[in-house]
Amino acid sequence: MAGTLAEKVWQAHVVRPGENGAPDLLYIDLHLVHEVTSPQAFEGLRLAGRKVRRPDLTIATEDHNTPTLDIDLPIADATSRTQIETLRANAAEFGVRIHSLGDADQGIVHQVGPQLGLTMPGLTVVCGDSHTSTHGAFGALAFGIGTSEVEHVLATQTLPLAPFKTMAITVEGELPAGATSKDIILAIIAKIGTGGGQGYVLEYRGDAIRALSMEARMTVCNMSIEAGARAGMIAPDETTFAYLKGRPHAPEGADWDAAVEYWKTLRSDDDATYDAEVVLEAKDIEPYVTWGTNPGQGLPLSGNVPVPEEIADESTRIAAQRAIEYMGLTPGQPLRDIKVDTVFIGSCTNGRIEDLRSVAKVVKGRRKADSVRVLVVPASARVRLQAEAEGLDRIFIDFGAEWRNAGCSMCLGMNPDQLAPGERSASTSNRNFEGRQGKGGRTHLVSPLVAAATAIRGTLSSLADIDLPEGTTVDGSPLAPLDPHLLVQV
Amino acid sequence: MEKFTQHTGIGVPLRRSNVDTDQIIPAVFLKRVTRTGFEDALFYAWRNDPAFILNQDAYKTGSVLVAGADFGTGSSREHAVWALKDYGFRVVLSPRFADIFRGNAGKQGLVAATVSAEDIELIWKILETRPGTEVTVDLVARTATCEDVVVPIGIDDYTRWRLLEGLDDIGLTLQHADDITAYEATREAWRPTTLPAKHLPSLPVQPARPIPLTLGQTRTH
Repeated sequence: MAGTLAEKVWQAHVVRPGENGAPDLLYIDLHLVHEVTSPQAFEGLRLAGRKVRRPDLTIATEDHNTPTLDIDLPIADATSRTQIETLRANAAEFGVRIHSLGDADQGIVHQVGPQLGLTMPGLTVVCGDSHTSTHGAFGALAFGIGTSEVEHVLATQTLPLAPFKTMAITVEGELPAGATSKDIILAIIAKIGTGGGQGYVLEYRGDAIRALSMEARMTVCNMSIEAGARAGMIAPDETTFAYLKGRPHAPEGADWDAAVEYWKTLRSDDDATYDAEVVLEAKDIEPYVTWGTNPGQGLPLSGNVPVPEEIADESTRIAAQRAIEYMGLTPGQPLRDIKVDTVFIGSCTNGRIEDLRSVAKVVKGRRKADSVRVLVVPASARVRLQAEAEGLDRIFIDFGAEWRNAGCSMCLGMNPDQLAPGERSASTSNRNFEGRQGKGGRTHLVSPLVAAATAIRGTLSSLADIDLPEGTTVDGSPLAPLDPHLLVQV
Repeated sequence: MEKFTQHTGIGVPLRRSNVDTDQIIPAVFLKRVTRTGFEDALFYAWRNDPAFILNQDAYKTGSVLVAGADFGTGSSREHAVWALKDYGFRVVLSPRFADIFRGNAGKQGLVAATVSAEDIELIWKILETRPGTEVTVDLVARTATCEDVVVPIGIDDYTRWRLLEGLDDIGLTLQHADDITAYEATREAWRPTTLPAKHLPSLPVQPARPIPLTLGQTRTH
């Protein structure tokens, strides 16, 4: 029977089919663990006298709470310190591999899996974090779970899962210059809404998706959850295989060949049917920015803040009114006129080396606007080291930005990196909820390129608003040919 | 999970409806890293009121909570069930429960059973007239008994079976441990393992370089 990518991966993991409407029991290939959602799961195991069934399919790192300054000093915040110390103790007690602060492989869990070569096509990947959907970029079925499910996976390496529906999101054509994968996903969410993906696994397809680098694909899949979807996937191809080859945990020799042969079958059959289909034209996708307080409230940067009175649907109108009020905006105001206080470049959405390179290409040799604070936070310690090896840190510091250590940082403000009440940010992260980046903070979600241009001008801007020297490329390729002896590699 | 067939304990009449999970346990307690020890957090705001039912000696050691309709609405926090269990409650009776709360309760061995509003009223009257009166909840017979009042309780067959057998979600899955082991034997060699750990060359990570103050904006917050 013809199947979609998601159905194929699902079927390959059924340990026990559900009977009489009960959920299928699915095997989990890779379980990522961090400090916030795991403590009670480990304690549950302890209370029940259970052990971790497969420590060798489990890996932990510290990210949500980690400070991005003074990482060699004790963590000042007591709650953060306790959560991190608890994770370390649990990892030791249950024999789980952990990458702690100060380790080159510490960082946001959704960067650590891919950079180690643990995230692969055809896997089931779970983590107590909603942005686990990131790993779907490899053609894995990857989704966030709650704390009791974390305990369930630790104890059994399986999860009972209710069936899902499938949605194809096809992006045809070529992206215009200055638009990125972040703009693709913001455009998708603006189109289908924050609930549009509810109950679905999304599959991104089409030329525009195929043309994306592995890291850019991760940005798209990362935000599937912001459309309400459980997971987002992209069929693996040569781009995927090239990214994986040679990574520490990538298969080698005959195993590699067998894996690639299987991975090539991981695509939706031509006659497979989806429960829903959405099509976007890449040429219509401009740099996007959110004006409101959910990721679906986004518009092309060339637009204006919506006028609620012009919105026909009542609940949409009320939501827009509330959001505009919270965001301190004026209906009809051009988005380009919005002045920001902080630019945050980082997170599991856009804190990877290619993101940092493309920002560096834009800001190189320039000075940030005086009124703006610019925070650059790499997704992992290794991304940071790579960036430093390539001299990107110097470009950022000369620009006037703060160059920080790896972690989730201002994406959710669980560490000291927060917005002050009323402060406004242009942020490359994934959520613009009220208070997410700090109590009373106002967040505009943007791509790294828009973040860079905004940092230069102090108001929401795209590359069209700044003079880039003739021939400047802003893609994720290195600024200069890399030294082949470079020890770091992300 | 402990098997539950029958339980007898002091009944606590909670004459309130729409007891949401924020009232059961406020969000501030969610920062804890433990899953036990939440007894002090249960009904935290109300516990400051000396007149609150659990502050009265006769009810303090209660283990059967008899509440008004729509118990456990609001956030999905599993802490609400942990707090009730940690305090010593084994059973909550209410005319109607929020779905997520009822699901969470069943998974963790707390009996959340429905009793009609009229019957709840009968039980409340007895418990209020004679504080410290015990209530017996019998999962086999599907009844709650308070003195001479015997009323039917509602609980779905699947949850009841799990409670009678003492099976939590993990326990249920582990009944199929053989299937899991059999599946594991079929997993291909290319699928990754995190252990033994493989790395790129290890590197010492220093704090990011200090930022000269002259470069940054002076901030007042």
